[in-house]
Amino acid sequence: MGMTITEKILAAKAGKSQVAPGQNIWCNVDILMTHDICGPGTIGVFEERFGRDAKVFDPARVVIIPDHYIFTADDKSHRNVDILRDFARRQGIKHFYDPDFIKSGVGGMPPIYADYNQTSYRGVCHCALPQNGHVRPGELLLGTDSHTCTHGAFGEFATGIGNTDAGFVMGTGKLWLKTPSSIKFVFHGPMPAYLMAKDLILHVIGEISTEGATYMAMEFAGDSIRSLNVDERMTICNMAIEAGGKNGIIEPDDVTLGYVRARTSEPFEVFASDPDARYARVIEFDTSKLEPTVAKPHSPDLRAKARDLADVKIQRSYIGSCTGGKTTDFIAAATVLAGRKVAVETFIVPATTEVDADLDNQKVGGKSLRQIFLEAGCKVGPASCAACLGGPVDTFGRANEPINVVATTNRNFPGRMGHKEAGVFLASPLTAAASAITGRITDPRDYISADKAVGLA
Amino acid sequence: MEKVIRGKAFVVGDNIDTDQIIPAEYLSYNPADADERKYFGKYAMSGVPLAQSGLPKGNIPFVASGFASEFKVIIGGRNFGCGSSREHAPLAIAEAGCHIVVAEGFARIFYRNSINGGYLVPVETPVRLVDKFTTGSEVEVDLSASVLRDVASGKEYKLSSLGDVAAIIEAGGVFEYARNSGMLK
Repeated sequence: MGMTITEKILAAKAGKSQVAPGQNIWCNVDILMTHDICGPGTIGVFEERFGRDAKVFDPARVVIIPDHYIFTADDKSHRNVDILRDFARRQGIKHFYDPDFIKSGVGGMPPIYADYNQTSYRGVCHCALPQNGHVRPGELLLGTDSHTCTHGAFGEFATGIGNTDAGFVMGTGKLWLKTPSSIKFVFHGPMPAYLMAKDLILHVIGEISTEGATYMAMEFAGDSIRSLNVDERMTICNMAIEAGGKNGIIEPDDVTLGYVRARTSEPFEVFASDPDARYARVIEFDTSKLEPTVAKPHSPDLRAKARDLADVKIQRSYIGSCTGGKTTDFIAAATVLAGRKVAVETFIVPATTEVDADLDNQKVGGKSLRQIFLEAGCKVGPASCAACLGGPVDTFGRANEPINVVATTNRNFPGRMGHKEAGVFLASPLTAAASAITGRITDPRDYISADKAVGLA
Repeated sequence: MEKVIRGKAFVVGDNIDTDQIIPAEYLSYNPADADERKYFGKYAMSGVPLAQSGLPKGNIPFVASGFASEFKVIIGGRNFGCGSSREHAPLAIAEAGCHIVVAEGFARIFYRNSINGGYLVPVETPVRLVDKFTTGSEVEVDLSASVLRDVASGKEYKLSSLGDVAAIIEAGGVFEYARNSGMLK
């Protein structure tokens, strides 16, 4: 009986030759990731259940990445970083990316890292994990964050869990999982220059709704997907959770292997779906027929074409987050913003310090991305989750008023970016940048001259 | 876990996501700290827009004052608990004193967290109950019989059975379940 890539990875991690959808299995976990929001609670569960002197299952496989509430004066947020520091020290955690510019007991808004190449801080966990070599095909990665599904882009099984599950994994290296059935999404044909991965996944969520893949694996395939670089594949898998998916996944290929092997020397196993694997559904798309897509407030499945929202005024554009704050996202935005001025407040938030460095290293038309953004009148902030999830009231880019925001982020339920009445329109970086110029939701086709998509491998 | 829970119902609509259950600005409280943990109860369901808070009329806060809710059962629509993996969400509802959520469907991480953390019982209903109940009405949920009863009218609604997670709920959470099944010493 054929298996999907998701079933094969879970079978391998459960020590079985075969698993079927619906089957509950105990799995061995390769990497457990936590951050500053869920880390303290997870540590609390771990120490309550296993004892204060207990040791984590493997200090090299518990990765701690503070990223959410970093640039805030909120003292509890700083205290939470201290809890992580203390735990990392006591446990000998090998991979703890300390925001070293937050000084214990100092209080107030911390300074921004002086040099993105020097700090041990990395920024948003979902982008920092692959950049720092913690993501490998065929592995099982669990994280205390719903967007952990991002890492399926590398052909591994990755999903988000809560503090109790994470505390359990911390102590045992294992967790029970229910084998999901799979939906396969096949995108045919070349990517047009005006489309990005974000348009594809917003289209999918609009198609199947925010609960269309509840408890299911979402496997993305087809030559459009194969043509994408790693950043863009991450965008697609990142938003599987917005359709209720347990994981998103893309079979590894040379693009995946090239990226992973440049960043880790650990061995891994590559899995692919069998030709006779069973899918609950197979949904096919002609990519050339898709258009720049937006999700209207207040749900990621309220799909609309950008051009049909041309009357919608926005007061802010926000380009950042694990979904839309990667190097490719900023290159895309820069192609639109180069030589132009924004009409509304526009926030640029690189996901990680590596992306922050790319704002200087990557150039469009001879100018660095940072220079293009600053000349266009954008505000550029430090690497962090920032306003994607609202956060403390002093968070960079947080919507503290009932405004309309076009954002490259992942979620737009009421209050997600701060104010309950703020309307968040989810869009690609091309659309967010074009909308920043006009002050209305804008189809980016009027603002791009390239004949090739930005995020190609 | 009690088998029969009786109390006032709090009714909400579809897609009640984790930001509505516990807004992100409160996540810097540490749930492992007893003094801070009770604030999750105070702010439980406080992100639900007021017009949709306590249907059908709205404008009813889940927690009117202090740290506990007067409501013992939440009745929701589709996709309850979607969004973030924050365990603070079921924790907040439980901390406010509510241990049953009846909804047409649950997002998977919220569902898992509710059960594995032993906070509350998420029960699915095959029929939409959001339109059949008014916030404040007295209901009784019998978990053994999988029935929700409208106390005033006596009308009963069959709920879905808990299936294979019943053993974890019965045990009290994933740690107890793993211990019972020999996975954990």
